[in-house]
Amino acid sequence: MQFNSIPFLLLLTAALVLYYCLPLRRRWYVLLGASYLYYLAAGAEYLVFILYTTAVSYLTGLWLGRRAMRDATALAAAGELPREERRARQAKDRRARFRILVGGLVLGFGMLAVLKYTGFVLSGVQAFVPTLRIPELLLPLGISFYTFQSMGYLIDVYRGKAQPERNPFRFALFVSYFPQILQGPISRFGDLEPQLFGEHRFQGERFRAGLARVVWGYFKKMVVADTAMIAVRTLVEQELTGAYVVLLILLYSAVIYGDFTGGIDITIGVSELFGVRLKENFDRPFASRSVKEYWRRWHITMGTWFTDYVFYPLSVCGPMQRLSKWSRAHLGAALGKRLPVYIATIVTWFLTGLWHGAGWNFIVWGLLNCLCIQVSQELQPLWRRWQAAAPRLCASRIWGCWQALRTFLLMGLIRSLDCYRNVPLTFRLWGSILTDFNWGQMLGDLTGLGLTPADWGVLAAGVLVQFAASLLGKREPLRERLSRRPVLLCACLTLGVIVILLFGSYGIGYDAGDFIYGQF
Amino acid sequence: MEKLYEILKSLHPDVDFTAEEDLIGKGILDSFDIVTLITEINSAYDVSIPAEEILPENFRSAAAIHALITRLDEA
Repeated sequence: MQFNSIPFLLLLTAALVLYYCLPLRRRWYVLLGASYLYYLAAGAEYLVFILYTTAVSYLTGLWLGRRAMRDATALAAAGELPREERRARQAKDRRARFRILVGGLVLGFGMLAVLKYTGFVLSGVQAFVPTLRIPELLLPLGISFYTFQSMGYLIDVYRGKAQPERNPFRFALFVSYFPQILQGPISRFGDLEPQLFGEHRFQGERFRAGLARVVWGYFKKMVVADTAMIAVRTLVEQELTGAYVVLLILLYSAVIYGDFTGGIDITIGVSELFGVRLKENFDRPFASRSVKEYWRRWHITMGTWFTDYVFYPLSVCGPMQRLSKWSRAHLGAALGKRLPVYIATIVTWFLTGLWHGAGWNFIVWGLLNCLCIQVSQELQPLWRRWQAAAPRLCASRIWGCWQALRTFLLMGLIRSLDCYRNVPLTFRLWGSILTDFNWGQMLGDLTGLGLTPADWGVLAAGVLVQFAASLLGKREPLRERLSRRPVLLCACLTLGVIVILLFGSYGIGYDAGDFIYGQF
Repeated sequence: MEKLYEILKSLHPDVDFTAEEDLIGKGILDSFDIVTLITEINSAYDVSIPAEEILPENFRSAAAIHALITRLDEA
């Protein structure tokens, strides 16, 4: 059930009516019911997987919480202990809780690994054993998102940052909350729990703002992303070279921006209709001046998930600290202090790539992002010298625009790995940008890519509108500014609906395609 | 505190850590430094700084780092 489908709109309307009819404290029942109905619509066979993840994380969380309480009570009952003894006891208790956590993580991530990566691993083995049969496994809707969210909860309970949820139905809602299950944001229990179970009264202003956000999301997805996707498909299928690759990079940037940020706008807007506030997942990412900054502003909740639960724990774990000491003693201070961070960064980006998809394209995509960040980090001294040599230029708007454009093109180039069927082909096509100067042919061939001149006009106008909205929202998000002017908000909302109905990609015979991140 | 200043000085001899209040915001301590710092602190103070304590507010100044060490030591 896609966000831009009639069944979804019907489910949403029914859920909203019921939600605001029920007493405040029972409204979350509607969210749970709607979430499971939404999930059931994707296929009853998927239900078992989300129930499994829910059960594993719920029970492990309870176990961790009980064990922590028992350990604390026992330590308090032991009275004043010598420092060393207290430390030893705390370390022993922590190790026991860590084993419980690892058990939960293995069970949780294990299912994701089996369902998502078995085919990829076996296809590698098949190169050596051609007779090997690769089983076709189901890939449940949103599995990467709900698994990461549930496992994040377990780590938070282990760290004492979240209290274990005792009510299995409340916990089931945290895992399955329908607006975000398809493509995030990946919420933390501490953030989402008070929102889901808080008592939300109907607020007209908030409802209108949510509705406007939903319409804005549909505009991005249906008018911009789905239109650009038609040309992207043609460019990919025909493996067109040179200037066409540059065109693909630009168009796919429009697709992924409209598709993913639009999807998140719908998610956050739908949540606002229920009074539930979700974390923002984007902060004008295409205005980033470096790759590092880009990753602080794009898919923020995934980035912070990997930083908090993979990068930092790996960087400061015992073996890494021993490596840090050894490398500083044997390889010198400069390389020595870098080595653990390099390793942790490479592992983090390898896993980030793998999270996006089971394939070499995604792994190479992750590692190239890692390479850009590391190179940029190493060039910092050079950059500081350049800043000192040309302070006025570096502080100018033109320089800032150049940095943003450079980052946009670099990220677009790397992102095109999503599109092509394998890594060697992608590299060959990237190379053709420098060898095939077919710009004239490409410009004359624009209407041969599946889009009419009118479609190109709609696409260009849509991109410009998004760009303008981004610029206007630089100091304060546009939605906040509009929410203070209800008449203007209603006008924008109406106009948005008309534009979507007139220019959006929908209707009989049209295959909108899934939201791209829904497939991750 | 002196021990901490020594560790910090070994990372950036040119910085006055007694006066600097925004080590993270100003980019004086980057991720490489934080990881090295944690390794050194763990060893020098016999504490264990866990990953969840790697927050800007815990590393923004020498005083904040010292407060973190004291808190962990007393836990």
